Amino acid sequence: MDKKLITEDGRRLDGRRFDELRPIKFQIGVLKNADGSAYVEWGRTKILVGVFGPRESHPKHLAMPDRCLIRARYHMAPFSVEERKSPAPSRREIELSKVIREALEPAIFVELFPRTTIDIFAEVLQADGSTRCAAISTAALALADAGIPMRDLVSSVAVAKVDGNLVLDVMDIEDKLGDSDMPLAMMPSKNLITLIQMDGLLTNEEFAKSVELAKKGCMEVYAKQKEALDSHFRIASKEEV
Amino acid sequence: MTNQIIPSVKRRQIIELAESGKRMDGRSLTDLRKVEIKTNVVEKAEGSATVKFGDTYVIAGVKFEIGEPFPDTPNEGVMSVSAEFVPLASPGFETGPPDENAIELARVVDRGLRESKLLDTSKLCLIPGKKVWIAWVDIFILDHCGNLIDASSLASLCALLTSKLPKAEVVGDEVKILDEYAPVPLRAVPINITLAKIGDKLFVDPSLDEEEVMDCRLSVAFALDDQKQEKICAMQKGGVGTLSFEELLRAVEIAKVKSQELRKLLPSGEK
Repeated sequence: MDKKLITEDGRRLDGRRFDELRPIKFQIGVLKNADGSAYVEWGRTKILVGVFGPRESHPKHLAMPDRCLIRARYHMAPFSVEERKSPAPSRREIELSKVIREALEPAIFVELFPRTTIDIFAEVLQADGSTRCAAISTAALALADAGIPMRDLVSSVAVAKVDGNLVLDVMDIEDKLGDSDMPLAMMPSKNLITLIQMDGLLTNEEFAKSVELAKKGCMEVYAKQKEALDSHFRIASKEEV
Repeated sequence: MTNQIIPSVKRRQIIELAESGKRMDGRSLTDLRKVEIKTNVVEKAEGSATVKFGDTYVIAGVKFEIGEPFPDTPNEGVMSVSAEFVPLASPGFETGPPDENAIELARVVDRGLRESKLLDTSKLCLIPGKKVWIAWVDIFILDHCGNLIDASSLASLCALLTSKLPKAEVVGDEVKILDEYAPVPLRAVPINITLAKIGDKLFVDPSLDEEEVMDCRLSVAFALDDQKQEKICAMQKGGVGTLSFEELLRAVEIAKVKSQELRKLLPSGEK
């Protein structure tokens, strides 16, 4: 753990300030077959999300009479990381699929589509930290692209403690060598948290500060998400005319 | 349809009771159920413990095995935590490989043990890059009556705290396991506390009834760092509901107090 993660002039290894996001570029409606889709380049993290549904539930016994079933799969491509990852779902991916679903589901009006299923598939093409946060934020756009009624978007970002400093939007090396990692997702205009996880050692005060910083980051991601939706649907509506 | 109607009646009842600070089983919102710990319950395991939280019943066993280290940590032993939701524990559990709930449970327990740096893996190395001790921690849920995360964390912790590491002799590339044991090299001890959110109330150590109708849960693990300062070492939200920022910070404060209470129940000699 000798490698310095903060340079002498108080910058991070990629030149960012502590409270600065990486460049984030969302694209909406990138796939033909999926009912909704979105792609993100979040620093070097690249994720593609496709949404299918609401569609008939398979197998049928999964269907619920009063609401739709939400399923999510988070999956990393074997070539997305330094050492090839087996394509079989790891325990980590299974856990992340669960928390990603739980982060998105509160935003969806599930009661509008009884007996159906909405499938959310997130494929990580390149991983450089904060992949669950990027997947959640991108999936929210894919859901919107699919025309699924939502209470709010879901925006997500991670905060880490590295070399004693709290930093926003964690890249891989900061996650690996840092002292803590805390992904948080929220519905920004509702001010409600839909995902929180943490590992590493933090005092209660440091934790409260991490949460504040994550909230600020989520609001910035939210602005970028809205911008992406705005430009996508503006172009789409022009094409129709 | 009954499985939708009963929970909504139950939920209303739980929320109404909570308005006056009460719960269906007579506890206050911040009371833990009665916690019982037994250690060394399986002699063939290097460490074992059963834990009861009320009627929730969990067993954890530790086995040590010689294996290869991970390439990026050649000088460190390995710890692996798994959980089985065995079918005798609940009518809802089925045979088969661990599902997402069992995997999440194992990973949340693992994170608490790992991030607190409980096990000193640097002392589990036999031949750097080649042979290290692997600590297999296996959790079996025996009776599911709510709050499996805290019961499983405590059972795993107590199994590790009371486990014995076989002594080994290294001669060249060979490792000879001796018929003697040493205590396991341990450091900070993590204690996990889970709260369920139902309506706008937080329930410590949720029962099965409460879990069935909860909006979501938050699990927080606390450990003492090298300076003996109490720190949060792991956290996980589960379930489909949301938390406000105020609720999150309040839950963490309550969890801290309750973790101190639970810490006092550890087998003697451990802090």
